[in-house]
Amino acid sequence: MTLFLQYAVSGIATGCTFALVATGFVVIYRVSRVVNFAQGVFAVVAGMAVSSFLSRGLPHGPAEVLAVALAALAGLVVGVIAIGRRGTPPLASLIITLGLGIGSYAVIILIWGDQPVSFTGLAGLARMGGISVQYQFLLVVAVTAVTFGLLSLFFDHTYLGKALTACSSNPYAARLVGIDVRRMGLLAFTLGGALGGLAGVLITPLQPVSFDSDVGIAINGFAAAIFGGLLRPGTALVGALVLGVAEALVAGYYRASFESGVALVVMLGLMVWQAGRRSPAAEEGA
Amino acid sequence: MLEVEDLVVRYGQATALDGVGLRVERGEMVALVGPNGAGKTTLLNTISGLIPPAAGRYRLEGRLAQVPEGRQLFAGMTVEDNLRLGAWRVRDRDCRRIYDLFPQLGPLRRRLAGTLSGGEQQMVAVGRALMAQPDLLAVDELSLGLAPLVVDALAEHLVRLNRETGMAILLVEQNARLALELCPRAYVLEAGRIAASGSSEELSRTAAVRAAYLGGAADEAAATGIGS
Repeated sequence: MTLFLQYAVSGIATGCTFALVATGFVVIYRVSRVVNFAQGVFAVVAGMAVSSFLSRGLPHGPAEVLAVALAALAGLVVGVIAIGRRGTPPLASLIITLGLGIGSYAVIILIWGDQPVSFTGLAGLARMGGISVQYQFLLVVAVTAVTFGLLSLFFDHTYLGKALTACSSNPYAARLVGIDVRRMGLLAFTLGGALGGLAGVLITPLQPVSFDSDVGIAINGFAAAIFGGLLRPGTALVGALVLGVAEALVAGYYRASFESGVALVVMLGLMVWQAGRRSPAAEEGA
Repeated sequence: MLEVEDLVVRYGQATALDGVGLRVERGEMVALVGPNGAGKTTLLNTISGLIPPAAGRYRLEGRLAQVPEGRQLFAGMTVEDNLRLGAWRVRDRDCRRIYDLFPQLGPLRRRLAGTLSGGEQQMVAVGRALMAQPDLLAVDELSLGLAPLVVDALAEHLVRLNRETGMAILLVEQNARLALELCPRAYVLEAGRIAASGSSEELSRTAAVRAAYLGGAADEAAATGIGS
């Protein structure tokens, strides 16, 4: 039982980072209808940036904030290249993000090298109900909870957030009322970059990242995101937690090398299931 | 107020508008009638700035807001959010004047727009456009899919707004009878060209317009033919 709880807690923590990546996918897809395959890159960039900033003497806190800001900037750059030209078909934009994701390897290796990078997060263990929990896990959960709270405030209670939702609900009507849908798309990419960066900042102390870690991160995030049909952040959060716990249990009780297989199997199963029940009416609901 | 000259709009190879000219004066109500696919919506979307013209020009004094065909509400958002988003280009996001105009909408403000009846949705669509405080309101197919009584009520609102605030209205309609009744002046758009224009009274007397749009002699003959 103790072992099970131990696995579950670590699963929830990694699930939280999947949730942040997943929300990045969702935020970008909702507004621009582009699946951003470079989503994992933001996490890698932020994780590596924190470690450089720390080694240059920047304290924890500012280093993480700066790294997330850098990831947001990377998001904006990807956005400008992928959807900067008005009327680019979403499928073309998707291919562009895929290319940018692969191209980013060159940039990352040039700056940070090809070796895995890590840094120490919150050290120490907390005793909770008979199990010991790394403080870093608690930090991950807390930051994710706060982030989701802020996101829901932003989307449900601010004019700008509602304009973003409007772009997703009816882009034509959004343009008619004067909303610049392309600029909103760029804003979504920036937000997606920050969310991916946040995930990277939180996950790097738990598992070192290297230039090609983006694939694993993106697959887990994407699998969580399609729980909610790429449209609903709340469902993506649930999906991410389920996925995180399932992977931790598989790795704990069976073999760690099967861990990432879980996401692929879940993703495939969900896609088959959703394709089977998708009706034109369901397509509309956002 | 609105001056359109020799406007040409193309979608790829297809020419949707071919040298269209049209004027709306300040405070005027003008009808634009024509069959499906004549280019009416294309014209509205061009002057709304959504489609770049291939040639020609349009000049617009003041602000234009459009009530699009099929309402095009933000279905998953509340009535109030729909209205407030209409004010994207202006500072004032107070919806009270819309609720004053359409008292029916007040109690519905927290409801999701997609769950309303067709008539209520059309009110939200008109309200959303009015939130932009337009000098010219372009209404695309006001009557589409609505019961005649609902259409009459909405039309009455538009006429009143036009009289009381001096807001110009460009009414695009397939229901030519309604449009010619409401607006003193009209244009007939056919296959991307202005086929006729003038006072609504004159136009509705023209044999061609009667036959094509007002269910005149030709239509009746066709109907009888099918009936017998």
